[in-house]
Amino acid sequence: MYAPLIEETLIAAIKVVILLFGVVLPGASACVYFERKISAWIQQRIGPNRVGPLGLLQPIADVVKLLLKEDIVPAAADKKFHFLAPLISITIAVAVFAVIPFGNYVLIGNTYTYLSIAPHLNVSVLYVLALTSIGVYGITLAGWSSNNKYSLLGGLRSASQMISYELSMGLSLIGVLMIGGSLNLNELVIAQSGLKWNVFYQPLGFLIFMIASYAETNRSPFDLPEAEPELVGGYHTEYSGMKFGIFFLAEYANMIAASAMMVTFFFGGWQVPFLPEILGLHDGDLLLGLLQLGAFTAKVAVFLFIFIWVRWSLPRFRYDQLMNLGWKVLLPLALLNIAVTGTVMFFLK
Amino acid sequence: MNVTENIESQRLSFWEKIYLPEIVKGMALTLKQMFEPKMTRQYPEERFEPTGSYRGRPVLVLDESGERCVACGLCSRVCPAIAIEVQAAETEREKERFPVKFEINMLRCILCGFCEEVCPEEAIVMSKDYEMVFENREDGILGKDKLLVPIAQLQDRLEYLRSHQYYEH
Repeated sequence: MYAPLIEETLIAAIKVVILLFGVVLPGASACVYFERKISAWIQQRIGPNRVGPLGLLQPIADVVKLLLKEDIVPAAADKKFHFLAPLISITIAVAVFAVIPFGNYVLIGNTYTYLSIAPHLNVSVLYVLALTSIGVYGITLAGWSSNNKYSLLGGLRSASQMISYELSMGLSLIGVLMIGGSLNLNELVIAQSGLKWNVFYQPLGFLIFMIASYAETNRSPFDLPEAEPELVGGYHTEYSGMKFGIFFLAEYANMIAASAMMVTFFFGGWQVPFLPEILGLHDGDLLLGLLQLGAFTAKVAVFLFIFIWVRWSLPRFRYDQLMNLGWKVLLPLALLNIAVTGTVMFFLK
Repeated sequence: MNVTENIESQRLSFWEKIYLPEIVKGMALTLKQMFEPKMTRQYPEERFEPTGSYRGRPVLVLDESGERCVACGLCSRVCPAIAIEVQAAETEREKERFPVKFEINMLRCILCGFCEEVCPEEAIVMSKDYEMVFENREDGILGKDKLLVPIAQLQDRLEYLRSHQYYEH
């Protein structure tokens, strides 16, 4: 049996800390800031500009406000599960980051340091899909344990939405897996080297995956679980203070994870087009590692921008439209995509 | 039977039914909006300067010969919010009546401008002051000391009233 060395465990622990405090928290606060800024720009406003230069300290002010607020637990709520629900949400949201390859590897001395926590996990695609489905438990549990009919409806909607879109999401990835020939995210990225990005081979798969991702992260136009006009606040109606803040954080962490997945599966992950050949860099160079990290971050940022842009452009789907789209459109299209990809691959070989 | 069908699948054309072109159109619109000039006014730094037609805090006119008000009480009578209280007194001067007490309760005032409209002496007018902030309820009741404003500051409003009046005083 493979027993990890102490050094390896230590390096993994350091990576986890860097990930939490260097990626998830700053990423989420940047998302909050840009969510407010971009929504303001779209509505011809200026947005937050009072707290710090250009309003950059606004996310900190938001968090301080949430921390200082009274944490109200409804008398009729199931206290244990009410407490557990946000924890499940955030844990799942953060756990997805373990397999995301932020870059290939960097050779420091004689050790290969991969820019990912679990680079060798050979079922990382399944791991991601499994975790995103568990994520809904946090929301459903929050809705149920609040003992509030609106919260419950929000939780139920989240669960049904998840079931409707999970299938298409998984099926849309099969084409990518067939081309890449692996379930390991890093190897999938390596297979896309030389601008052979999957989005050029799998445009339909990308579209389905993107739509399903929006539904999975409960973002507009699929934000039915927290539809304000109908359900007050949806599953987080009865949450206040930092518990609400954690749901908020989990939503943004999910957004970042979903963007990272879209980049990894369809846009070449950490691949930097052309530049390494021009500069004459080799695998393992520190500069190349940093370039890959930068390219990955830039690509993810573009998708985060699209997430926010879509939210402030499109109206929310009606419930029956949501179900129609999930079952009658996306699912057959995903199956068609697999069939076409398989046929083409069979005849090209 | 007079039944009209209005089913989504019949109402929409093929391109509308597959959503995507419409979504792209909408997204292009919002992207364009992002580069439009901003509407926001940075309030404490950039202040709004109202014109003469603005109905701000009602004030009493103070001209060269003193206050114009003759304490007839019409404003108090017409006030729909019962915000004005006037107590009259007399002097030996030619214009013998004057208000010994004139209070406007700004917690009640709805800035309708009826008092200004009904005033026979053009003595109470609406000013341009829109910053009506009080730290306690007592401060919201304005006495004569806060209401009397020199006529020079109210020229815009007086000109506006004269050019828009419907009958001669």
